[in-house]
Amino acid sequence: MYDSGKIILGLIIFVGLFTSPIWYDLASGKAADKPNLVFPTKEDQKECVNTAEYMREFHMDLLNVWRDEVVRKGVRTYTSNTGKHFEMSLTKTCTGCHSNKAEFCDQCHNYLGVTPYCWNCHVEPHSAEIKR
Amino acid sequence: MLEYALKGTKKYWGWIFFLSLIIFVGVWFYLKQFSYGLGITGLSRNVTWGFYIAQFTFLVGVAASGVMVVLPYYLHNYKAFGKITILGEFLAIASVIMCMLFVFVDMGQPLRLINVFLYPTPHSLMFWDIMVLSGYLLLNILISHITLEAERKSMPPPKWIRPIIILSIPWAISIHTVTAFLYSGLAARPFWMTAVLAPRFLASAFSSGPALLLIMVFIIRKLTKFDPGDEPIRKMAIIITYAMCANVFFILMEFFTAFYSAIPEHITHFQYLFFGLEGHNTLVPWMWTSALLAIVSLVFLLIPKTRNNNRILFAVCIAIFVSIWIDKGLGMVVTGFIPTPLGDVVDYIPTIPETLISLSIWAIGFFLITVFYKIALSVRRELLT
Amino acid sequence: MNENRRKFLKLTGLAALGAATGKFADVFAKEKLTKISSLNITGKKRTTLVGIDSKKRWAMVIDLKKCLVEEGCTKCIDACHKIHNVPDFENPKDEIKWIWKEPYEQAFLDQENYYQKDNLKDKPVPIFCNHCDNPPCVRVCPTEATWKREDGIVMMDWHRCIGCRYCMAACPYGSRSFNWRDPRPFIKDIDPDFPTRTKGVVEKCTFCDERIAKGQLPACVEACSEKAMVFGDLNDPKSNVRELLKENFSIRRKPELGTNPEIYYLV
Repeated sequence: MYDSGKIILGLIIFVGLFTSPIWYDLASGKAADKPNLVFPTKEDQKECVNTAEYMREFHMDLLNVWRDEVVRKGVRTYTSNTGKHFEMSLTKTCTGCHSNKAEFCDQCHNYLGVTPYCWNCHVEPHSAEIKR
Repeated sequence: MLEYALKGTKKYWGWIFFLSLIIFVGVWFYLKQFSYGLGITGLSRNVTWGFYIAQFTFLVGVAASGVMVVLPYYLHNYKAFGKITILGEFLAIASVIMCMLFVFVDMGQPLRLINVFLYPTPHSLMFWDIMVLSGYLLLNILISHITLEAERKSMPPPKWIRPIIILSIPWAISIHTVTAFLYSGLAARPFWMTAVLAPRFLASAFSSGPALLLIMVFIIRKLTKFDPGDEPIRKMAIIITYAMCANVFFILMEFFTAFYSAIPEHITHFQYLFFGLEGHNTLVPWMWTSALLAIVSLVFLLIPKTRNNNRILFAVCIAIFVSIWIDKGLGMVVTGFIPTPLGDVVDYIPTIPETLISLSIWAIGFFLITVFYKIALSVRRELLT
Repeated sequence: MNENRRKFLKLTGLAALGAATGKFADVFAKEKLTKISSLNITGKKRTTLVGIDSKKRWAMVIDLKKCLVEEGCTKCIDACHKIHNVPDFENPKDEIKWIWKEPYEQAFLDQENYYQKDNLKDKPVPIFCNHCDNPPCVRVCPTEATWKREDGIVMMDWHRCIGCRYCMAACPYGSRSFNWRDPRPFIKDIDPDFPTRTKGVVEKCTFCDERIAKGQLPACVEACSEKAMVFGDLNDPKSNVRELLKENFSIRRKPELGTNPEIYYLV
């Protein structure tokens, strides 16, 4: 291999730069930050549209289905496995219980580095932008 | 074959660096547009398409015009075009990529472009336009790669490529036809809703595209050992002459129909273009320049003595390119929106970020053409070392 | 479509479940899977929950005489723009509007009369999306982000719009607006019950589909103190709109284009 010294050095610099965010997080101790979800208190707690286990994994799929049902088919009511009816609405039904986005939604989303664009349009409950 | 593009003279690298600089500036402004929104452009509620979409339309024409060298060479076995055919194909590839970039920067939600493929909508001409453009790009990449590779190995190209080349001929016509249909199918915009729009687009494409190709042939002939000989240049000049005659003819048809029928909603757009409406006359000097250049260059093309003079031909090609760029790249799209469907006369002037983003896409196109031509000429060992 | 979706959800469920628990052998235990990924949206219960009544054809009749009673009135505009979080940019370049007023001559550009009845001359006419029966905007949209519902409402899906603005070029009525920049800072009072829009999407009047679903009238109709706007079902020969159209001379905007606008004006 020609110029093997240069190439190996270059590769090391590249890999170092490429993985720098990981080193940065390890060094600053941020990597140890675990999401800390705040759930609705006992009094506020109503029945959810599905089990916690299901919601944890599929809430995004569920929301996508809700979105298409409401916007494209005009269907607005959801029947859960327990037979209860819910309005298919992120801002009315979901945040009706989980009213603190920062302590609930954002916890995992920030941890995983996902930025759902729901809140670009849907209004976050208790947001500073609502002046009434 | 890419390695050919990595060895070059100081001039070559200087040109590459210059283009990269323009591209960099444009990318920076695009990031600004990405975060602020399309409000950074001069577009408004009334004029919703402008400079970006106009450049797109013009460049679809340049891309389609590759067929003007491909057709005589492959279909009629016109050997004199042998040396410039690959240049035509490469010009087509670069143009299609520019087209796609211009559509991309015009999107309000560029990351959602995937929706066009997730929810295919055959009743939308935009869907078909994206389909035929992608197809044309793939066809040209395949054809130019296979034929150049064969040339490098001093072998005839494989037989299976010929039907694909033949397919690329009607395909080239289709890309500009579908692009014209984007406009001519809209009842809301009388200026565009004319059956002659697709033929007119093709005629202006087949004059401006080959004109650009000739300009570049003249330039590389000066800079390198590349010399296609005079015969293909003479032939190209005749192609440009015919296409330009057809183009001017079609434009006069538009004038006649609009002004003789005297239907206000048809006339007002032409009035806006050439005379201004209610004091709004941004495009007037441009359009007269375009008209003047078209007529003068057509006269020079029609007289054999001037057409056969390479120096004059070079200038004429520039004049035609500029004339049609003004017509399609400035006037055509914007005027469809002015006056508005509610009769308001509004103004549209591209902003500086908008212009720089567009310039940067043109620079990307020239960057690609430079690299492609470098490769093609290196394969043929026609470069000065 | 629903079957496909169910299959898709099962598959994603399958994959996610498998990855999460690591028990790949367990994955094919069908019972567990259906339990976890069943969304009871599909199935029999569905029929009672359908929101769009395909037997209806919503339309509106606007009595200009009544509309012009109160000079400078903007009640319908205010009501609509407030509940739909329509921003106010205060400049024509970024402007977004769902319903607004144009002088009679411009709203009805094809009614070229040199000498107009005084009661109409230069008078403001409320205009908005015509919810055409043959909408050109729907024809051109490359992603079906705008489409005609079975009850005639021309809807917008702001989740799907790519912001190409082809619909704006195709609309002969100038009814559509584009978010040239983030609209949120320009909304005076955000109504949390309705989404705002994001930059880069097109928006327009949706005939208050969210209110119709609840059996309410469109906000503009409700806000009009002169009862100049009448909303109803064109397919019902006895409906209020059909009665009005039977008894009065009405005009529509640019009917010659074949778009079949469903907003009727009594002059």
